[in-house]
Amino acid sequence: MTRRRLPEWFLLLLPAIIVIAAVVLIPLIFSFYSSFTPYKLTRPSTLWKWVGTYNYEKILSDVKFWAAFGRTILFLTIALNLELMLGLGIALLVNKVTWGQRGIRTMLMFPMMFSPILVGFQFKFIFNDNIGLVNNIIQSVGFADVALPWLVDGKLAMFSILFAEIWMSTSVFAILILAGLFAIPRDPLEAAKVDGCTPWQSFRHITLPFLMPFIFIAMTIRSLDVARAYDIVQIMTGGGPARRTELLWTLMSRTGYVDARMGLANAMGYVSILLSILFTIYFFHKLSAARAELGMTG
Amino acid sequence: MDLTLSHRNRKRGLKALHFTALFLVMSVICIPGLWIVLNSFRPTIEIMAKPPIWSPSFTLDHYRAMFGGAGEGGVPVFKYFRNSMIISITSTAIAMLIGMSGGYAFARYRFKGKNGYFVGLMLFRAVPGVALSLPLFIVFARVGIIDTHFGLILAYVAMNVPFTVWLTDGFFRQIPKELHEAAEIDGCTRWQAFWRVEFPVARSGVASAAIFAFLTSWNEFALASQLTRSVNSKTMPVGLLDFTAEFTINWGGMCALAVLMIIPALVLTFLVQKHLIAGLTFGGVKG
Repeated sequence: MTRRRLPEWFLLLLPAIIVIAAVVLIPLIFSFYSSFTPYKLTRPSTLWKWVGTYNYEKILSDVKFWAAFGRTILFLTIALNLELMLGLGIALLVNKVTWGQRGIRTMLMFPMMFSPILVGFQFKFIFNDNIGLVNNIIQSVGFADVALPWLVDGKLAMFSILFAEIWMSTSVFAILILAGLFAIPRDPLEAAKVDGCTPWQSFRHITLPFLMPFIFIAMTIRSLDVARAYDIVQIMTGGGPARRTELLWTLMSRTGYVDARMGLANAMGYVSILLSILFTIYFFHKLSAARAELGMTG
Repeated sequence: MDLTLSHRNRKRGLKALHFTALFLVMSVICIPGLWIVLNSFRPTIEIMAKPPIWSPSFTLDHYRAMFGGAGEGGVPVFKYFRNSMIISITSTAIAMLIGMSGGYAFARYRFKGKNGYFVGLMLFRAVPGVALSLPLFIVFARVGIIDTHFGLILAYVAMNVPFTVWLTDGFFRQIPKELHEAAEIDGCTRWQAFWRVEFPVARSGVASAAIFAFLTSWNEFALASQLTRSVNSKTMPVGLLDFTAEFTINWGGMCALAVLMIIPALVLTFLVQKHLIAGLTFGGVKG
């Protein structure tokens, strides 16, 4: 008459599984269902009407959606690459500092603690065409007579948003890569120097491979949060002017909350979830590969 | 002789270059934040001045308005601050308990499909807040917990658990197994061994995981903007929007609120910076 007991590890994991199932999984299943209906918030009865893949077909044939999708991919590609490059550069610069390094490291963490929405507001203020810091400086110094329309012109607005995004996230890379630089063993570097390697060679063949796992950790952490850009764009331009800075996420929230077309918005939501998950899986995969290469499995 | 001189010059040049580059980078990182702080102390007329006034004058008007009950333009900053505090602290505490037990399970037990569970857990963290907010909004509205503290706390707990599991897993893994084995031989139960031996060792790491969770809740906007409606539950990031009217923005007031938002985050991050980096890298590298 012994009842089978659940294993301890499962009991320990159970609360986490329950919370996530209740708050994330069930709503996601619900939204997956509703993406096959013409659900509108204003007419609840539409939830029970099954339209099959109509919403998805509609999205896939929508030019606006594809424009936003392409822009999102482009945005992420540029942002992530630049963040990595700049982060690596900053980490190398800081690593060379001999005096006051602790203070500099603390300052580096500055952008990390800013709320994305705060970053959005901050740069909306700084890039404001009338009273913003950037235009004030440009005009005072005399580079340009007229105010540059930073957030009104499509291309400049995209640049401003990218700047804000990169400002916010570069420090994640810089901090983690710096941690990697501290952990590099000295011996191989000294041996390389003795053997006559140029600084570039020892960087390329010793430092960089050793840093790879740290770079992928940073990428993985970052890829969990790619959609944070939503907050920034929503505040700085709201997807405007004339949809020039519309990303997948702003398009989705507009369709859902402003047009109240939840079914359609949920279908877009699934595309964006898929995108995030692909990013995450990709970097997780890279991370474990880099780890295996260094023999750091544990 | 000539050679060493040019060598020395080159070295000096490199040093100057290094310094300049570092200075530029640090300026770009620091100036935007400092600009916000500076402007929270400037009168509105000066902020809006055209041509710009470069010598700043000093006023506490924005802070006085903010703390003076309703605040400028009727923004109830105090209530938002309280909501933010209640929601962030409660959700952090709950997420820590749940996340710690999960992290411990990953660090100490061997079981089938461990990696699968781990990656699966992290994938839930990858679901974008905006995408999650649509169904959560509908479900919460049905259940009737829109615009309550409880609703947001629940959402933030779920959001924070995966990352807390990752971090605490890393910290518990660094503690040698022998420690709790020894304690158990000395007559502790596993539960006692955890609280008396392992937890104190991992305490600082756990604290930094908690602060990470706190900051996530403190800064979150995408979910909060949809799941809150009124003064009852609006948090500070959502409250920032109150300073924007149809065509005008109260920049000074907003900067003051921004400073109020940053201060707790600044203090907390400063306290744990060391452990945070260790946690992220060990959790990842040796995971």
